[in-house]
Amino acid sequence: MRKIILALFSLIVWVLLVWPFTPWGFDYQSFLVGIIVSIFVGILFGDVFTESPHKFFEPKRYMWFICFVFVFFWEFLHASFDFAYRVLHPELPINPGIIKVKTNLKKEFAIGILANCIGFAPGAVTVEVSEDNYLYIHMAFIRHIGAEEPGAYVIRRFERILKRIFE
Amino acid sequence: MRENIGFALMCFGVIFDAVGCVGLIRLPDLYNRLQASLKCVAMGTSLILLGTMVIAGLSPLSAKAFLCLLFILIISPTTEHALARASYIGGVKLWKKSVVDKFKEDIDKS
Repeated sequence: MRKIILALFSLIVWVLLVWPFTPWGFDYQSFLVGIIVSIFVGILFGDVFTESPHKFFEPKRYMWFICFVFVFFWEFLHASFDFAYRVLHPELPINPGIIKVKTNLKKEFAIGILANCIGFAPGAVTVEVSEDNYLYIHMAFIRHIGAEEPGAYVIRRFERILKRIFE
Repeated sequence: MRENIGFALMCFGVIFDAVGCVGLIRLPDLYNRLQASLKCVAMGTSLILLGTMVIAGLSPLSAKAFLCLLFILIISPTTEHALARASYIGGVKLWKKSVVDKFKEDIDKS
């Protein structure tokens, strides 16, 4: 099952890369080569692809994925404008430090995606993920240290959606 | 009209890339520099690729630009995370005016 899903994914990538929709008709030769290559890829790497393939057949997860794309690009825009402002400001308003936040996600894959997404949140980069699901995040601007989790809002926003997509 | 929009996107992209390079020079330590070089440069590069997609329309070129955009968005935070982790374990110090370092506290405790 998971081999078939991975083969479909690699076929999509192949079609984007080769683009068989030429002006003089459909280029079936390169498409056929793509099918052979993607079957090969599916057989070779299907075992390391995903743990629970039945999740690919739940349309609700795709809806949340579209929602996730919008949130992601909003955060990405916010982060890049925020950092451009900090870099170009004459006084360099940064207040850096490494904070520690616990995540509620359980799946390893979801935690990996979360750690990568934090790279695009405003002024944050994951330094380390510990064994017991703690994330160590380097923040460029910490507002107050006294509170328990000064930067938790950064990960909560992604976490709520990733939980619905992957778990 | 479509070309104008594409070139405007490309101009914004080049501006963001330049800001990322300024950040690479101005910021004090490795971790802040990593952030500047990830966020601003990834934004700039994806805007340039988006401009290419807008100019090229629905064609092989724009499909390849879309794939590049996707892989940049997947790979750049991964490399950033790997660099940050490796340099912390390798002993690169934080900036001396940093306010808090929970990671060091936990390493000392264990």
